[in-house]
Amino acid sequence: MTPGFTRLLFARRSVLLAFLVFLAVVVLCLLAPVISPADPAKMSVRARLTPPSGAFLLGADAYGRDVLSRLLHAGRVSLLIGLGVAVLSTLIGVTLGLLAGFVRPLDAALSRLVDAMMAFPDILLAIALVSIFGGSVFNVMLALSIVYAPRFARISRASTLVIRELAFVEAARSLGSGTGYIIRNHVLRNIVSPVIVQATFIFAYAMLAEAGLSFLGVGVDPSIPTWGTMINEGRQYIDTAAFLILFPGLAISISVLSLQITGDGLRDALDPKLSKEL
Amino acid sequence: MWRYVLKRLVGLVVVVFFVLTIAFVIVRLAPGDPAALLLGPDATAADAASLRERLGLERPIFLQYLAFLGGAVTGDLGQSIFFNQPVTQVLAQRAEPTVFLALFSLLFAVMIAAPIGIYAAYRRGSFLDQGAVSLAMLAASVPSFWTGLLFQRYLATDLGWFPSSGYGGPDAGFLERMRHLMLPSLVLGIVNSALILRFTRASMLDVLGEDYIRTARSKGMGEARVILRHALKNAAIPIVTVVGLTFALLVSGAVVTERVFNLPGMGNLVVNSVLRRDYPVIQGTLIVVATLYVAINLAVDLLYAVIDRRVKY
Repeated sequence: MTPGFTRLLFARRSVLLAFLVFLAVVVLCLLAPVISPADPAKMSVRARLTPPSGAFLLGADAYGRDVLSRLLHAGRVSLLIGLGVAVLSTLIGVTLGLLAGFVRPLDAALSRLVDAMMAFPDILLAIALVSIFGGSVFNVMLALSIVYAPRFARISRASTLVIRELAFVEAARSLGSGTGYIIRNHVLRNIVSPVIVQATFIFAYAMLAEAGLSFLGVGVDPSIPTWGTMINEGRQYIDTAAFLILFPGLAISISVLSLQITGDGLRDALDPKLSKEL
Repeated sequence: MWRYVLKRLVGLVVVVFFVLTIAFVIVRLAPGDPAALLLGPDATAADAASLRERLGLERPIFLQYLAFLGGAVTGDLGQSIFFNQPVTQVLAQRAEPTVFLALFSLLFAVMIAAPIGIYAAYRRGSFLDQGAVSLAMLAASVPSFWTGLLFQRYLATDLGWFPSSGYGGPDAGFLERMRHLMLPSLVLGIVNSALILRFTRASMLDVLGEDYIRTARSKGMGEARVILRHALKNAAIPIVTVVGLTFALLVSGAVVTERVFNLPGMGNLVVNSVLRRDYPVIQGTLIVVATLYVAINLAVDLLYAVIDRRVKY
């Protein structure tokens, strides 16, 4: 991360803005226990479905709980799942990709496995996996990581196949470098850019998918507040208290949009070849 | 060409084999005894044991796997625990809303994305172009169920422009059923227009830089004709590919959208099957959808070769 890189990354003002917005979301959610105006679990019958007002800035839900406080606390779980999936699916996917790229006998089988995994629509595969693992935060993270890992496997396999044939890798090998050394010093170094870009997008997709699963009632346990479960809970009051689903939806959209714009910026800065004209 | 088709068909068979294997493994990992689930809480251990015997659950896992593969190849995806009907029959009964929802939303998506994408490429770098690209990104960032809920509340409940949910009741005619699909399709179409818009724009940008476009213009041809006849015709080829790519996105979106609008389709079925622990139905849906995805993408690739004579395999 040189000064040159930062300048390149934030060359477009929209990328800088998006990055700052996402950073703000993360900081606000991390500080939730400090800055929340109220206890997110405290119920109050009299405050049921209060619209946004001075006492409840974003209103109160069906149990009279403060929506703003719940939003901040729920964001921690939603962001944690997004980040966890980005990291875990990278680890699983890159490992599979390197295996396919270096261990020839495994390549055909692993590649077809990856093709088959990618034939399942994200949500459908995630639903099936969560129904087996159960709905804890970690299990949802694991299920979504399995869903998204094949994308990393594809990227890293393709790069590995190219890099392992390059002259400098052959030279390193002839000088006695082992496979482990070549992976660490040549292959990983060369796939790190596309993987980071992809991980940013997966972070965003995972947050969307988690919200979708929670909305369907097949994601994390409904007692754990996430932005998705908040929308699911607020759904039955949509005709009288639409703000209950408005704010968590905005929170998801803002986070995902800012992450995607940041991802686009990263792609342009790290690998101009990838960006083309999109 | 035929060699290529054959090679791709063999590839398809291999991938479908992996799809079946994954679906088998997923259901085998599921907690609980299928026989006990089938019989309900009142069954005795002896009942469960005899049912396990009948279902072949006592056989070695490898033989069960072979039987499952054999069944799947002949169109037998097992028996639904909840409905006590063949899974294929359960799925077929719920295919109509899902299939038409996917088709209509694809149509909406193309109707929204193609004109904007073409215009954005034509006025590259303009305010409108940047606006279009940002809008596409926004559409891909907003959860579809959230848009669905808001549209349902404001466009259906408040303004009464659309039916707010359901599929028109048990004896609704075909047109009435389709009318109930309009709002859900619009919601899903908006979400899916993002990818198509980006593809259309990029593909048009590529073509607009070609020599023959300059030639067409220099011989005095009208702009509309240059763009719509010469450029679009060639730009359309990569756009066809995106239809195959959006299929998975459409199905994922359909699962959630059916839930929002309470449509009796396959998406709603899957979610209910999870809540009912009806694993054979989940397994069957996974197999059918993934196989369709692989087949559609193969069809698109072959279509590519038919449309564009320059593509040689």
